Amino acid sequence: MSANAVYLVLIAALFSTGVYLVLDRSLTRVLLGVLLISNGVNVLILAVSGPAGGPPIVGVTPFEDMSDPLPQALILTAIVITLGVASFFLALTYRSWVLDSREDVLDDDEDVRVATQQRLEDSDSDVYGQEGTG
Amino acid sequence: MIALVAAHLLAACVAPLLVRRLGRDALAVLGLVPAASLVWLLVQGPAERVERVTWMPEIHLDLVLRLDALSWLMAVVVCAIGTLVLVHTSRYLDRDHRGLQSLTGNLMAFTGVMLGLVLAENTLLLFVFWELTTIFSYLLIGEDSRRKASRRAAMQALVVTTAGGLAMLVGLVALGETGSYELSALVADPPSGRVVDVAVLLVVIGALSKSALFPLHFWLPAAMAAPTPISAFLHAAAMVKAGVYLVARLAPGFADVGLWRPVVISLGLTTLVLGAWRALRQTDLKLLLAFGTVSQLGFLVVLVGLGTREAMLAGLAMLLAHATFKAALFLVVGAVDHTTGTRDIRELGGLGRRKPVLLVVGATAAAGMAGLPPFAAFVGKEAAYEALLHPGVLSPLAAGVALAVTALGSGLTVAYSARFVWGAFGGRTPADAPADAPADHALSPVLLVPAAVLAAATLAIGLLIPLLDGPVVAYADLLPAGYEGTYELALWHGFSPALWLSLTVIALGLLAFVRRDAVGRFQERVGGHGDADLTYRRTMRGLDRLAGAVTAATQTGSLPRYLTVILLVVLVLPGAALAGAFRSWDVRAWDTPLQAVVAVGIIACAVAAVRIRQRLAAVVLVGVSGYGIGILFALHGAPDLALTQFLAESVTLVVFVLVLRRLPKTITQRHSTGRRLARMAVAIPVGLLMAGVAATAIGAGTQDSVSEEFPAGAYDFGGGANVVNVTLVDIRAWDTMLEVSVLVVAATGVASLVFIDRRTGTPQHSGHASAADAERGRRVRADRSESGSWLRGSEMLPRAERSVVLEVITRLLFHPIVLVSLYLLFAGHNAPGGGFAGGLVAGLALVLRYLAGGRYELGEAAPLDAGLLLGGGLVLAGGTGVLGLLGGADVLQTAIVEFAMPVYGDVKLVTSLFFDIGVYLIVVGLVLDVLRSLGAELDRKEAELQDDPSGARLQGVTS
Repeated sequence: MSANAVYLVLIAALFSTGVYLVLDRSLTRVLLGVLLISNGVNVLILAVSGPAGGPPIVGVTPFEDMSDPLPQALILTAIVITLGVASFFLALTYRSWVLDSREDVLDDDEDVRVATQQRLEDSDSDVYGQEGTG
Repeated sequence: MIALVAAHLLAACVAPLLVRRLGRDALAVLGLVPAASLVWLLVQGPAERVERVTWMPEIHLDLVLRLDALSWLMAVVVCAIGTLVLVHTSRYLDRDHRGLQSLTGNLMAFTGVMLGLVLAENTLLLFVFWELTTIFSYLLIGEDSRRKASRRAAMQALVVTTAGGLAMLVGLVALGETGSYELSALVADPPSGRVVDVAVLLVVIGALSKSALFPLHFWLPAAMAAPTPISAFLHAAAMVKAGVYLVARLAPGFADVGLWRPVVISLGLTTLVLGAWRALRQTDLKLLLAFGTVSQLGFLVVLVGLGTREAMLAGLAMLLAHATFKAALFLVVGAVDHTTGTRDIRELGGLGRRKPVLLVVGATAAAGMAGLPPFAAFVGKEAAYEALLHPGVLSPLAAGVALAVTALGSGLTVAYSARFVWGAFGGRTPADAPADAPADHALSPVLLVPAAVLAAATLAIGLLIPLLDGPVVAYADLLPAGYEGTYELALWHGFSPALWLSLTVIALGLLAFVRRDAVGRFQERVGGHGDADLTYRRTMRGLDRLAGAVTAATQTGSLPRYLTVILLVVLVLPGAALAGAFRSWDVRAWDTPLQAVVAVGIIACAVAAVRIRQRLAAVVLVGVSGYGIGILFALHGAPDLALTQFLAESVTLVVFVLVLRRLPKTITQRHSTGRRLARMAVAIPVGLLMAGVAATAIGAGTQDSVSEEFPAGAYDFGGGANVVNVTLVDIRAWDTMLEVSVLVVAATGVASLVFIDRRTGTPQHSGHASAADAERGRRVRADRSESGSWLRGSEMLPRAERSVVLEVITRLLFHPIVLVSLYLLFAGHNAPGGGFAGGLVAGLALVLRYLAGGRYELGEAAPLDAGLLLGGGLVLAGGTGVLGLLGGADVLQTAIVEFAMPVYGDVKLVTSLFFDIGVYLIVVGLVLDVLRSLGAELDRKEAELQDDPSGARLQGVTS
């Protein structure tokens, strides 16, 4: 089975732009990146499913001319789930904005705390006992 | 035998209840369980007996217990000493001892799993019991959890023995895979090869960690934090013997394998001397015994691991001797501690005069420890010397060294035995004792009798050895003799070299005791007690630091960095695999040139969206590219996808706008050129990789698609012509079921992020409008001369926010749109459409009402709680599945009901329609939830802020 070059180029473009945006710290851009990647994934599934054909509706298209219906069912639910994810993501963005008037992802406080504490070096909590006794 | 183990575990479960009823006497009552087991064992005798219950044959883990001579001996030791210790403990502990219930339960459970350990035939079962004894030991050492020392000791014992146990597990699995998972089969027909050499070494490491051999011996003295009777049982008689048991068990098959003998003998001899050397320096009686135990365990491992018949005879005799005299001595220390309140040699004095019975018991047991004739240890040591004098398996030099070291260790043992008696009972009552020093506690016979029984036993075993050695000889006979003739355990072998050696050793040991001051000074000078405990602490601290450093280095908390790492791994691993699998790609330009035209548009939008800084413009660009994808779907012959994509893009755009109206118009953050290039350096290869994945996947197919059969099946079984829809609601209905569940979760998440304190807002009817809004509505109505308005809810909007044109259009279009959505829902089975598309259309109708009429209008349009729609939809979708099940079909299987209806004609009802209605409701619920939270609720908060800026800000609910 041969690959459709248009789809391949499109997949490369959507993933590249999507990944570039996802690596940003602005939540809006991250979400746009997620949407582009989702579209890229959907095109990928479609591309892998085979050549274009008639709508997979019995009576409208003869069986042998139909496009493959299974990937279409997968993509269909993926589209709607992306909508749900986008809504949730936007609610998170809104929440982040309400709480500290920012919409970009900061470094995780807890992780930063761990890293700094490590550098300060443990003041030797006595978990394993004092050295030199025993 | 399974019943024996089960009885102990059952007793462990009822122990807390019994303690509540009887107090500490419950311990003695529970002693009946091991006592009954002991009676059964004695009646049964050491005859072979196997019980087998299939448990998990797939992983070779079955409940197989096997009794043979060795198991019988060990089981008798466990049950007998368990009984005596339980009785002793019932008076050792105070009446109101803290945690008495859990201690009793743990002690019973330990007895049960220890019994299981020595009876287990399946190696994995052995490991399970092995680790269980570790856990109960942990709980019993750390029994007084308020003391830091006991928590630390418990943790140390757990870490060391579990680490050893894990090594052992690896070894056992390797032995199981190359040989057998059953001990008797493994020993009878031992596998060989390099894997086996390593596996055996791992098992030995596990055994040595459990039996506290150098260099892992340090946990045992620390474990003396446990109450003394517990130490007597776990850390002298039973648990620490598990390693010795395993070495003895495997020796007949593996003594000649790989590093077995060098490791077992060198570590055993080192431990023997090291433990005895340090025992001689202790002032705490219990620590003296603990180091003595370490020393004796080393000796036992050497004997049972050597791999000759005589050594095994000696080892098993010593094992019995040690179990009895050491348990007796611990119980004596318990009694001393209980009666005087101390066990420090420097504080004790003249106790022998005051408690003569205790002195007799203690001195008897100590004589047993020293190996004086006619005690059991004397018999054992005679045999040990004999075995080393005729090594057979060892080179003469190695045997000579082993003999010398053993003699040295035995001499030290004599010395510290004497030190024990002298330290505990000797001297006189300190003259300078303050007058108000506490008088001795009365000594209950319950404390004394178990110790006396054990001391008598160690004497009896020595005296009666020819009568008792049946099982010992039976097991030792499995090993080759290193000696001409048949050696037998006996008190008197004539004036043999071994006897002279014994007598010399005893004499030198006593001399060392008499000249103890000189020996002490010598010990001071030599030192020679390397601190393995210190090494342990440094290792653990180093591990902690390493863990911290790794965490600090890898968890920087930066999301982009995490993603970059993940994507780089994607590039390297699947990328390399893809490059390896590359043959050739068969590429055609397009199916229709129109595809290329649309694709150019999509790519242009996507690239522009990356560069642009205006939020809304970027969103619109991505939306347009999404519409372009919809066109591609249509060109591909997927009308359902095209429809859904268009609708979903529209709803997404609306949601974006709802949120973006609260955010600044432009994204202010700027990145350096270097950053941007770095991101590009990751992004572009990932894009190319995915294109490569697609091209490779297309060429890699070898089978026909599973969906070849779908069209015919959809029509015949699913009762629908639209194959995609039938796939969703029938063929792959389980998928859909779970996917709509995700939607429910997402909708709930949105609502809870906005409403925070409740699931969702009640619909904002015009009836519950805020005072200001209601007033505005009344004024609008009063102003107007003509009757009626286009939309009721919009009357309460400020005039500037109203659009009459939009209101008119909405008024005219809302109902037709809802009708279209219902048409799509019901027609979807045979034509493009279905629950997803229908639901999105209905959602867009609601969007229209909200945009035109504001939040009150939304309440008018959908007076329902969105949660009700979501839950109802889920029930409906899942319910049809269950109904199908009740009808005798599979879950979610479609039933087709055809019947004639008067006037209308034939009706063909497909049950999967109800599933689709459920999907429809969930999608509508999702959109409604989004509108109500990100739309109406945000409006309300904004209005609240305008009415009362300070209050709203205080609640932290506003931007």
